[in-house]
Amino acid sequence: MRRRGDLETKMSKGILYDATLCIGCKQCEQACATENGLPYDDHIAAQEITSAHKYTAVLTKDDKFMRKLCMNCDDPACASVCPVGALKKTALGPVTYDKSRCMGCRYCMAACPFGVPKYEWEKAVPGVRKCVMCSKRVADGKQTACAEICPTGATKFGERDQLLEEAKKRLHDNPGKYLPHIFGETEVGGTSVMLLSSIPFNAFGFRTDLTERALPLYTYQVLSRIPDFVPLFGTMLGGIYWITHRREDVAEAEAKEKKHNGGGR
Amino acid sequence: MTVPRIRFTFWKAVFLAIMAAGIYCTFLRFFRGLGASTNLSDQFPWGLWIGFDVMCGVMLAAGGFTVTAAVEIFNIKRFHSIVRPTILTAFLGYLLVCAALMYDLGLPWNIWHPLVMRNPHSVMFEVAYCVMLYTAVLAMEFSPIVFEHFNLQRPLRIIRSVMVVFVILGVLLSTLHQSSLGTLYLIMPNKLHPFWYSPLLPVFFFLSAIAVGLAMTIFESSMSSKYFGRELELPILRDLGRVLVVVLALYGILKFEDLYHRGVLKLVLVSGYEQRFFLLEMFLSLVAPLGLLLIPKIRESAQGLYLAAVLTLLGFVTNRLNVTITGVENAVGARYSPKWTEVVITAMFVALGFAIFGFVAKYLPIFPEEKVHILALRESEARFAEVVVPVHAGD
Repeated sequence: MRRRGDLETKMSKGILYDATLCIGCKQCEQACATENGLPYDDHIAAQEITSAHKYTAVLTKDDKFMRKLCMNCDDPACASVCPVGALKKTALGPVTYDKSRCMGCRYCMAACPFGVPKYEWEKAVPGVRKCVMCSKRVADGKQTACAEICPTGATKFGERDQLLEEAKKRLHDNPGKYLPHIFGETEVGGTSVMLLSSIPFNAFGFRTDLTERALPLYTYQVLSRIPDFVPLFGTMLGGIYWITHRREDVAEAEAKEKKHNGGGR
Repeated sequence: MTVPRIRFTFWKAVFLAIMAAGIYCTFLRFFRGLGASTNLSDQFPWGLWIGFDVMCGVMLAAGGFTVTAAVEIFNIKRFHSIVRPTILTAFLGYLLVCAALMYDLGLPWNIWHPLVMRNPHSVMFEVAYCVMLYTAVLAMEFSPIVFEHFNLQRPLRIIRSVMVVFVILGVLLSTLHQSSLGTLYLIMPNKLHPFWYSPLLPVFFFLSAIAVGLAMTIFESSMSSKYFGRELELPILRDLGRVLVVVLALYGILKFEDLYHRGVLKLVLVSGYEQRFFLLEMFLSLVAPLGLLLIPKIRESAQGLYLAAVLTLLGFVTNRLNVTITGVENAVGARYSPKWTEVVITAMFVALGFAIFGFVAKYLPIFPEEKVHILALRESEARFAEVVVPVHAGD
């Protein structure tokens, strides 16, 4: 279980997307497709939805924009539920996926509060597909492809802590320009990707009722009791067996004794 | 008393038709992929195969640990004659669950990965381990039946001397994974509808597994008495009916308290999509069976018990499908209904369950107490024995 404190948060990278700076050019989409070896054309550009072949999408609502990508949670539900550890939260920030471990149970997809992991339904040998915050680039000390290409600085890559400070500063310095909320600061315990917007996030289909508690804690509070439960319950069952079968032992012994006594006479 | 010949061949034809369709759908699943063979989607990654084949499959096999615990651990001897059929049902159930899982997993050849790539924070990991170990335990609990059939005295003595260890292990593992199937959903507080999302999900799943285990035992005893021409163990079923009343009542009270404390009770009266399915579930799983079983005349009759058991089974199947499908539909913004191929595969596993049970019960000593019974019958009514004896020709 990863907690905020366990991670070397100083080292942890993040993305700050500021919708008020976005011009909807979708160059982030193209750069993402190139980086991940995915097809990209006008048809795909028009799809305002993420999928197994599109890890990030620029969403449009009138003249406002919003980016959809993996939030790379600090304590991700997907990594917590994965029985084989195919999904992992790295210390640098990205939540990575290793297909060679995956068995395809799709619990990650069921558990993700943002509906991020997608599946290659059409393939006979399918895998999970999602934005991994350019984990290889980030490990090499580079920024993510989407942040690098962004012409306006709407998508900014950096240390998560510094980006959070900057987001707070922008909200503070420009009252009225922004919705006073940093999406990802506290949602499901905080995420590496943080979003700023001038209109409510639910206008883009984001859930605004998400808990601030890291989701893995909900299952961990039950799972963590199992090691204590097993010896207690096992002893109880063994004990009940021992007590309920006592009567038979007594009866058997008495029968033996009687026989013995009878034979001795 | 004989099973009508036409009926028998009719069911045989149905079985063969389902098998043929099943083989075709198996081809579609493994050569065309999940996309071509299911209605699953990115919004709906879990459908009928998880909702019914796995969730309900494990639940319906709960009679194994429930009755074994009653007889072996609590030493309730009068249930002894029904232990073997319930163990067979459970063993078969778990094998079929594992087989069905191979269809649902995207990369089924990696099913062994949890053995070596452990993530103890994953509920799925715990379920995988428990199901695997419990299936092995069931094989052990089933083995005396095979040893007896082949008259292997030494292995029989050995397995009997250590059986209590397997029994305790089996009850322990069952308790863990039956409840853990509910724990799976604890990580979705913002996804699963409040009718079903509750911190008590593991407790509800465990209690309902016990109720279903009892109901399944009544159902299966009634069925096998009908198809093998065996006399119904009515006094035993009556006792099971009483225990079922208590378990259902406990479940119902806990459900009420849970809904009340979470402030969801008022939603029960507000008309809606989830509400309709929730009311259906409540009627089938609690109101109807409890209502029936609380009337002494019905509780004492074979038909009444059978009806109450079937309603309980349908009710908790509805519950599992509500948790896996109905309860998440609005949150993910999509509706799901299974594709015909999904239904065929599920039907195939159900049909296999019935067929293999019938086959094994025919050739292995599943109903050992019957022998005494046959002798008694032979003396009094020879025509009964004629029917029953061939069934046990393999003894």
